[in-house]
Amino acid sequence: MSEPIAKYRDVHKSFGDVEVLKGIDLDIGPAEKVALIGPSGSGKTTIIRLLMTLENPTSGTIEVNGKNLWHMESKNGLVPANEKYLREVRGDIGMVFQHFNLFPHMTILENCMTAPIHVKKESKASARKRSLEMLEKVGLGDKVDLYPSQLSGGQKQRVAMARALVMRPKIMLFDEVTSALDPELVGEVLEVIRDLAKEGDMAMILVTHEMDFALDIADRVLFLNDGVIEADGPPSEIIGNPQSERLKDFLSRFTSSNYSHS
Amino acid sequence: MDSIIEISLVLLKGIKVTLIVLFFSIIFSTVIALVAGLSRSSSNLLLNKFTGFYVEIFRGTSLIVQLFWFSYALPGLFNIHLGSDIWAGILAISLNYGAYMSEIVRGSIAAVAPGQTEASIALNMSKFQRMRMVILPQAVRMMLPEYGNYLIQILKATSLVSLIGLTDILYYGDIYRSTHLSEAPIVYLLVLIFYFILALPLIAFTRKMEKVSKKGVAHG
Repeated sequence: MSEPIAKYRDVHKSFGDVEVLKGIDLDIGPAEKVALIGPSGSGKTTIIRLLMTLENPTSGTIEVNGKNLWHMESKNGLVPANEKYLREVRGDIGMVFQHFNLFPHMTILENCMTAPIHVKKESKASARKRSLEMLEKVGLGDKVDLYPSQLSGGQKQRVAMARALVMRPKIMLFDEVTSALDPELVGEVLEVIRDLAKEGDMAMILVTHEMDFALDIADRVLFLNDGVIEADGPPSEIIGNPQSERLKDFLSRFTSSNYSHS
Repeated sequence: MDSIIEISLVLLKGIKVTLIVLFFSIIFSTVIALVAGLSRSSSNLLLNKFTGFYVEIFRGTSLIVQLFWFSYALPGLFNIHLGSDIWAGILAISLNYGAYMSEIVRGSIAAVAPGQTEASIALNMSKFQRMRMVILPQAVRMMLPEYGNYLIQILKATSLVSLIGLTDILYYGDIYRSTHLSEAPIVYLLVLIFYFILALPLIAFTRKMEKVSKKGVAHG
């Protein structure tokens, strides 16, 4: 594997007295597609929220593109990162949320254009062109002037993906992006993610409960349990042929004909 | 009938002062409310506490006493003169209502869904950009209906400036009543009607803002 794009070293995270992550060591390759599975409360979402700088680790280090995410160099050695430094290092990371978090006061197009114009200082014309391309790609080229409240959940989530893609992230994080959707809308969202995965050049970390989907698109599956990575391997191994009892037990809660775990 | 017209003409002389005080009080209290509300939302502890102190002092004491302070006590004590009484009146009303309205600003900012901040961090916006482009536009929509309510209250509060000798509508009404005692009921009825007519556009504004505020906000 070439130089990893994200590196976790002995990362711990506590919320109050509760230790959610109990020592995570993890390398993510530049174009790797990683599915994070595990029971709720196992720390899956926290792992990617740390990478997006939405939470800070209690201890340990995270590197992105060889740069320390939470600590920066100074005359006195490493010191906690400030806002300016964080903005430099998190530019390569994009995220799609469970509850979409679209900006309700902006049209679909404005949702996509705002960040490239103001954060990346792109011209309005090029931001617009790129945004329209991405909205076309997620199948919403005809909805660009609507407001989020006028869209279905599946459409909102596709806009959220286009909005993140416009920023050309090198790693894209998906936080249970289909969990808040009506069952009949899940397919259209997974379809877009599948296409992205096929394109190949972007690393993707997906927190998901869609086992079939993980089996289908991921290069690698991580099983998280109680704050530690219990199993790490290709989907055929982790989902197709689980070894530990806990993993078997977890998988048995999902019914599917595509894999066996008996 | 004649006396209604006569009284109305007298009251009309006070409209100018009422409108000037109303206009500047609205502008200044709005600016103060935004600045104080943002300071209260800031993570800077000193700024936060200092603003909190200002808000509690001005919310916790009476406007009429504040008016007397600005127009009589400050000039006597510290030799601070605010130009004329009209500026003392405007300043007292603005500081008082600015303190109240800063709480709407603070509350609305806090009420924007945390997911909005997270999404804008994920798009790598700066703190300032997050506030200006994502949080404030939504917070302002939430503030508007209550803001309209406060504008109406400010209009009514302007009538207090007659007590520090400003020649507003109520001042002229009092003057007229003191020489035409038997006409007191009709004088004060007309004063009420004058204020009500002035309030009508503000009431309409509030109604409209209630509709605007229902759109385009992610509640937390």
